[in-house]
This record gives sequence, structure tokens and C-alpha cells, in this order.
Amino acid sequence: MSDQTESTPVPAQKRSLFKQLELDTRLLGMIGAFFVICLVFNFWTDGRFLTPRNIFNLTIQTVSVAIMATGMVFVIVTRHIDLSVGALLATCTAVMGMLQTRWLPNMMGIEIGSPLIPWITIGLGLLTGAVIGGMQGWLVGYRGIPAFIVTLGGLLVWRNVGWYLTSGQTIGPLDDTYILFGGITGTLGWFWSWVIGIAAAVAAAVGLWSGRRTKVRHGFPVKPAWAEMVVIAITIGAILGFVAVLNAYELPERVVARDFAAYGCVQAEGCTVAYGIPYSVLLLIFVAVVMTVIATRTRLGRYIFATGGNPDAASLSGINTRFLTVKIFAIVGVLCALGGVVASARLGYHTNDIGTLDELRVIAAAVIGGTALSGGIGTIYGAIFGALIMQSLQSGMAMVGVDAPYQNIVVGAVLVFAVWVDIEYRKRTGAK
Amino acid sequence: MTTPLVQMKNISIAFGGVHAVDNVSLDLYPGEVVGLLGHNGAGKSTLIKILSGAYKADSGEIWINGKKVDIQSPRDARANSIETIYQTLALADNLDAASNLFLGRELTTPFGFVDDSRQEAETRKIMARLNPNFKKLKEPVSALSGGQRQSVAIARAVYFKARILIMDEPTAALGVHETKMVADLITELKKQGLGIFLISHDTREMMDLCDRVSVMKNGQVVGTERVEDVTEDDILSMIILGKNPKAAA
Repeated sequence: MSDQTESTPVPAQKRSLFKQLELDTRLLGMIGAFFVICLVFNFWTDGRFLTPRNIFNLTIQTVSVAIMATGMVFVIVTRHIDLSVGALLATCTAVMGMLQTRWLPNMMGIEIGSPLIPWITIGLGLLTGAVIGGMQGWLVGYRGIPAFIVTLGGLLVWRNVGWYLTSGQTIGPLDDTYILFGGITGTLGWFWSWVIGIAAAVAAAVGLWSGRRTKVRHGFPVKPAWAEMVVIAITIGAILGFVAVLNAYELPERVVARDFAAYGCVQAEGCTVAYGIPYSVLLLIFVAVVMTVIATRTRLGRYIFATGGNPDAASLSGINTRFLTVKIFAIVGVLCALGGVVASARLGYHTNDIGTLDELRVIAAAVIGGTALSGGIGTIYGAIFGALIMQSLQSGMAMVGVDAPYQNIVVGAVLVFAVWVDIEYRKRTGAK
Repeated sequence: MTTPLVQMKNISIAFGGVHAVDNVSLDLYPGEVVGLLGHNGAGKSTLIKILSGAYKADSGEIWINGKKVDIQSPRDARANSIETIYQTLALADNLDAASNLFLGRELTTPFGFVDDSRQEAETRKIMARLNPNFKKLKEPVSALSGGQRQSVAIARAVYFKARILIMDEPTAALGVHETKMVADLITELKKQGLGIFLISHDTREMMDLCDRVSVMKNGQVVGTERVEDVTEDDILSMIILGKNPKAAA
């Protein structure tokens, strides 16, 4: 994304101080662009865009695409593409919808409402995603069919396998526990949101500081201590600020008043209940952490990036690039199923057109987030930011009342513009 | 007589109808540098790619230290202490020097994660020995000069204690100073008892560095001679005419 800090002239002394922070300017650019979008829409909607309520909704709307986008990073980094994610999501939610409403109760004799149902459903759903993804990966890796073709075929196949499985019906209502993953009904509440938020802030601070100590131990150069402290302070502030915003969104008074005892109040008067962090956001954070660890700290991740940078070098180094392809597509399959859990739980139903055009949103999120289609470059957090930027554009325009065709025109133009800015940024900074 | 480090016996490989390597036998002794010469397409690179596991021979045997081995993949070659420096260097341009050095053989922490700090520290150590000017450890190798990239590729072979080293045109892209560095390194590794296959087009360089040279043409070995027994002209005529003047005499 554009580097917002480039455009404003900064005095020399200040600039060098800024450089000492060693911040990722690309990430800063994305955050900057996100803030610009937020401020513009906030101004345009007379302050309705940046309310706790809208931020809460924006967050839960982003989760499904963001989860899949983290997997798309691996696919694009290895110079492949996956056009089937939306269709695969639909097949997975069809399987999960049928499992919890028909197959498990009718065939296995597990009663609807049984606590086993959601977990068996999700487990088998993830397995479905892994098997289908792995199969596509096998066709790409071992049979040498271009991923574009395999997943283009997959787009048609899986969209309609989902249709076939459900006979085109809308499947629901879904299990109560399952629906908690959708967001609105499944949140941590005030207390646990703060607990998680503070724990995350502490973990981030400890992580950053111990990373610095490891560097010092090996005698590597580190940034000055004050700069490290500033980065830690900003990180903590961002985490706690996010929790505070989500905790500021409260359940409607009438909903609480109807059943105030259930929320631990003595009387309806003055009883307020905060939503807090949605479970789906926790799920996204968990996925983001796991995927980032895979990308940066494991051999699998190293091989993914090496293969993307130079496939020949990777295989000459003894990396089994074919099996690697299977693994990558299987990971995407699992993430499609997870995205499917969130998407169908948010709706409360499996519908025939669930996830339609998600493949394009997911690819766009990864690309806006700095993943290069030429391979070898991409970050997980970038893809998540990309998803957030796409979603805020879309829902911002919907709030403003922009007509549907204009919305898509703007989103399409922004995608192309963002990639152009990214290319220019790379040229300027000499990064590849 | 010592056991040869490498014996390649009657190696053949064909791509489609083309016999890229046709019934070639070569051997290599410890502390010896054997040069492979020939036109482009003579089969030199294909032959050594069979030894390094990138290709699998249609027929023939490879013996290492007097034992027959089966090299199916680059991994097998590495397991037999064969390291290769490819003409293209085989580096992942988007990764830094340490990641490239340890690619496929990462150092890991007790939890199974890649130990980047230890890898970087080891890279610093070996680079201090091979190329003291090497400072760009954090940069992706695409940002390095030809010579620096070459040192990363060489460091990879040296670090993992190769017994058999294959160098495919190691000096083709280098300046004078860096070429000298590679030549010194070859001499030093030779002293340590490594066996080295060297591929180059530069006959003068080959005469200086090699103990023996083998000339290939059309997939076959024209002749293998000790460098002190032949002149540069003899070698050139072997390359061009595909005939060994000494055998004819």
C-alpha cells in the first residue's frame, strides 16, 4: 500500500529518529490507508462509521475472508492461485449444515441440540476441506495441471457439489453452539475481553523484548532501547484500544431489560452489558498467529517461500516441492472450512450462494496486503489488513448509500491502484 | 592405489531420442580436481546433475568410496557428502544468506522451529572465513553482487563438509578478483582432501586448477588426460574435433 509517511516532508533529525524505530513502512502504509478510509467514511456518514457498533460489525464481517486470505498468501507465494475458495467454502458449509441438521440426527441417532453435534460437525467439515484441498493440490503438484485450471474447474465443481448435497435448499436453523462462531451472539463479554486483551498485551511485550534479548545474545545489531519501548507501547495501546472499542458496544437496553437476571443484574434499570470480543475474531487471531508461526518459524514456511522465490533451487536443495503443493492446498482447504463455519454461523443458515465471489475478495485481500503474484513475497498480517481494507470500503460505501454498481467499480479500481502503488513502492525502496 | 572417491561407470541418459550422456565412465580421487570440458550441449552439466541427484541415469552405476550407491534425489546426493554449486547458483532470491545456506537442512530449536539466530550466527562465522567483506546478512540475496551470491553458494558446500564437490562454471559471472578467490578456495579444499569436479569453458584456468581433464563431445568422453601430459592446444583440438591426438599418435 501507499507509504503515507513519504509524502509529508519530515525534518532530517526527526526522520532519523523515525528510522530508528525500524518499523515496517509497508505495514504503516496499509494502516495509514485504512485510517484514511475510516476518516473519510466517518466524515461522510456524520460519525456513524467510527462507532463501536460499526467497528464491531466491520470486524465480524471481515473474519471469514481474512481467514481464507491467510491461506491464499501461501498459495500465491508459491506462484499458484486458488479460484475455488468460495466454492469450496460452500461445499464445506453444505456438508456441515447437512451434518448438524440431517445426517447426524437421522443416520447416527445423535439428537438435535446434543453438545456433540457442533464439534463433530466442525471436525468433519475441516476434514472435508483438507481432503478436497489436498486433492486439488495433488492435481497441481503431482499431475502438473496449472493451479489456475484445477481451481477454475474446482470453482464449478464445488459450488455445485454443495448445491447437490442440499438439493439447493437453505439449511437451518443451525446448532446454537455452532452459531456462536458467527459473532453477534458469541462474544466474550466485558470481563473476559479485558482478560484476553491484557494477556495479549503482556504476551506481545514479552515477545518483543525477548526477541531483542536473543539478538543481543548473538551479538546482532538492535535498535535503541527507547525505540523498542515505543514500539512496545504502540502495540500495547493498539491491543487495549481495540478491546476498549469492542467493549464499548453494548447490547440494546431492551434486550437486556427483558432478561436482566441472566446478565447478572439485580434490576433492569442501569443494567448494561457489553459485547466484547467476538469468538470469530479470536478464531481469526488464532489462525493469524498459527499461520504467521508457520510462515516465519517452521521449515514448511521456509520451503514455501524458497519455492516461491526459486522453484528450481528449492528442489535442488532436496525440498519435495510436489508434496509441498499438496500441503499448501490442504491448508487452504481447512481454512475455507473454518471461514465457512464463521460465514454460515453469522447467517444462521447454509444458503446456496454462500461464499459467492469470495475467491475474488480473498485474492484481492492477499494482493492488497502485499503478496506478489510473481511469488516469494507475502505476509499473513498484510492479507488480514487487506481483507479489512476491502471490507471497510464495501461496508462504508453501503452505509453512505453508494449504488451497488458504483461499489464494485470502486473496489475494482482500488485493487488495481493498490497493486500499482505497491509496485512503485518496491521500485523506490529497492525491495524486490 | 587408493580407492577412488567417486566412480561413475557406464552412465547413460537420454531425453527423448537424444543421448545426452552416452556410456560415460569417470572417476575422482581424494584431493584431486577433475575438469570437465566441452562445447555447450556436450553433456557435462547433465553428467554432473546425475551425480548430484537432479537427474536419474537410465543406466550405469555410481560408486562412492568403493561402495555402490543409489542416488535418486538431491537429498541422497547430500547424504553421500556430495555438494553441488550450480551455474545458476540455485539460490532463492527472496531469502537472506542464512536461509539459503541452510535451505533443506535448517537448524532447529528443541521445539522444531527454525533457529534463525543460530543460523545467522553460523553464517557470520563461515562468511568471515570465506569472504570477510560479506556484510549483507539481512538482505535477500537478490540484493547481493555476483561474487557475494557465489560465496553464499560456496559456503553452503563448505559448511556441510562436502567430501565431493561439484562446481559448474563457478567463475563464469565473476570479476578478476573474485575469480582469484574461487581459485584459492579450490586449492585449499583440495589440500583438505576433497575431490572436486570442475566444469568450465576456460581451458587456461582448467590447466592451472585441475589435475586431470576429461573432454566430452556429443555425450561421450573423448579422452581423459593428466594436465601435465597435454598442451592447451591438445585440449582445444579434443573439444573441437572430438578426437584425442594422443590416442591417435
